[in-house]
Amino acid sequence: MPDTLSPPASASRGRRRHPLPVRLWHWVNLWCLVVMLMSGLQIFNAHPALYWGSASDFDAPWLELYAIRAPDGDIRGQTALGPWVFDTTGVLGYSTANGQEQVRGFPAWSTLPSYQYLSMGRLWHFFFAWLFAGAGALFVLYALLSGHLRRDLWLSGAQWRGLGRDLLDHLRLRFHGPHGGYNGLQKLSYLGVLLVALPLMIVTGLCMSPTFNAAAPWLLELFGGRQSARSIHFIVAAALVLFFLVHIAMVLLSGPWRQLKDMLTGGPRVIDEPAATSTTATTPTTRGGRDQHDAS
Amino acid sequence: MMRRDSGRRDTSRRRFLQRSALGAAALGLTGCDRLSQSEQVAGTLNLAQRLNLRVQRFLAGERGLAPEYPAAMIDPVFRPNGSTDPQTARYRELAVNGFADWRLTLDGLVETPLSLSLDEICALPARTQITRHDCVEGWSAIGQWTGPVLGDLLARAGVKPQARYVVFHCMDQLNGKDFYYESLDLVEARHPQTILAHSLNGAPLPTANGAPLRLRAERQLGYKMAKYLSGITLVTDFDDLGGGKGGYWEDRGYTWYAGI
Repeated sequence: MPDTLSPPASASRGRRRHPLPVRLWHWVNLWCLVVMLMSGLQIFNAHPALYWGSASDFDAPWLELYAIRAPDGDIRGQTALGPWVFDTTGVLGYSTANGQEQVRGFPAWSTLPSYQYLSMGRLWHFFFAWLFAGAGALFVLYALLSGHLRRDLWLSGAQWRGLGRDLLDHLRLRFHGPHGGYNGLQKLSYLGVLLVALPLMIVTGLCMSPTFNAAAPWLLELFGGRQSARSIHFIVAAALVLFFLVHIAMVLLSGPWRQLKDMLTGGPRVIDEPAATSTTATTPTTRGGRDQHDAS
Repeated sequence: MMRRDSGRRDTSRRRFLQRSALGAAALGLTGCDRLSQSEQVAGTLNLAQRLNLRVQRFLAGERGLAPEYPAAMIDPVFRPNGSTDPQTARYRELAVNGFADWRLTLDGLVETPLSLSLDEICALPARTQITRHDCVEGWSAIGQWTGPVLGDLLARAGVKPQARYVVFHCMDQLNGKDFYYESLDLVEARHPQTILAHSLNGAPLPTANGAPLRLRAERQLGYKMAKYLSGITLVTDFDDLGGGKGGYWEDRGYTWYAGI
């Protein structure tokens, strides 16, 4: 048994850049979220309108996808967002599936299954919801117990103070930090997804269930009623899609092949620096000085 | 809308495993569509239903109440869905004279079968509740419902120990061919908010909302709440009913447990 006083772990025994649980969760989660998003859009298409409050005020959705017949006889897809109406023919409201034009909220390529099939969309959604929630709970447990959360994800005091500068740097597409860990903005977005967005998805999803409402009516009230919960579920899903797009963009801008390889194999081993100062103690460094900026 | 490929059956476990292993291919749309048409895949995805029922029942308890709302939140027009004006000969005849000849039967696995007229049902002690109706499509509406508690009628008829489900027979045909029907288990059927509503917002049930009598099961989605009721039967299983899945929409791919 190695004792706790042995010298710092040698490079060969150090943690990998992405430990196995992180990689496992990353790919399981990607799989779950893609299925949940596409089956969710299928479910949404059964009534492509969103409201605030408990019940649906059919005259006043804040978002609605529909089709109209234009004066020239053409059918046009429309997206109404509050007082604004956009022509979204071909994508939202009216689109082509299997060579046939259809009145439908989201287009065939974005839904699971591609054709209108609410009951099957629900089967996919609820099955993967359990996988997603289970994997997420295990990951949060791991992140807490292993120190991943505290060491790699939680912002240091300097990072909290430097968020403004980080943001400016990112806007200038200048995101190579001076050290190997995640920068402040990155950490904040990961924390936001892990601790805010994903739990919100689960809770607002549950608040749409009439039996769950009987179990926790206070939670439903917290979100302002069932239709509000449905709207928030949709908005957070859209935020996750935005996160996904930025994440992919950052990977592409920071050595996509290496990033992909590291997320599959774990990447190079990292050694924790001895605790020297309070602000840098939790910053891991790497062998070989390779650029260690991660996609955010 | 309810396309389902029940004809294609590959019982080969190997082929199923191959399909599962090719999960990544499901990211392609055609892959997903093909998976969605497989009985085995639907069966596997359906496992979540049992988990949903157990966990939600545990969290809500057998008697946990659905939220009720103040009168100010009642929707002036309660949006009807599914059948809104049944055209079956039986229904039309009964509707002509205000359902005076209509009777609700309660039979099957009970000690004393019942047959009640609309007047008799309206004279029973009733519960009035302002609740939210959630359609499986995603929208919600709030209405005030009045009618006898189903559990009281079940107690009066005396449920035999071998009974497991309560089946609701309806007078409407949604597709012009099959009569609508639905079912609840005894826990949901005996829930204090599960009533046979004869009134909506203080007036007799409108035709569009299920006249003369409809089920309200407030912890379930709308398709559970059978309208245009004619009979209630206690059974041990659904084998001899419709498609054998316990309901009109269940026979067409929707889950029997509709608490989510």
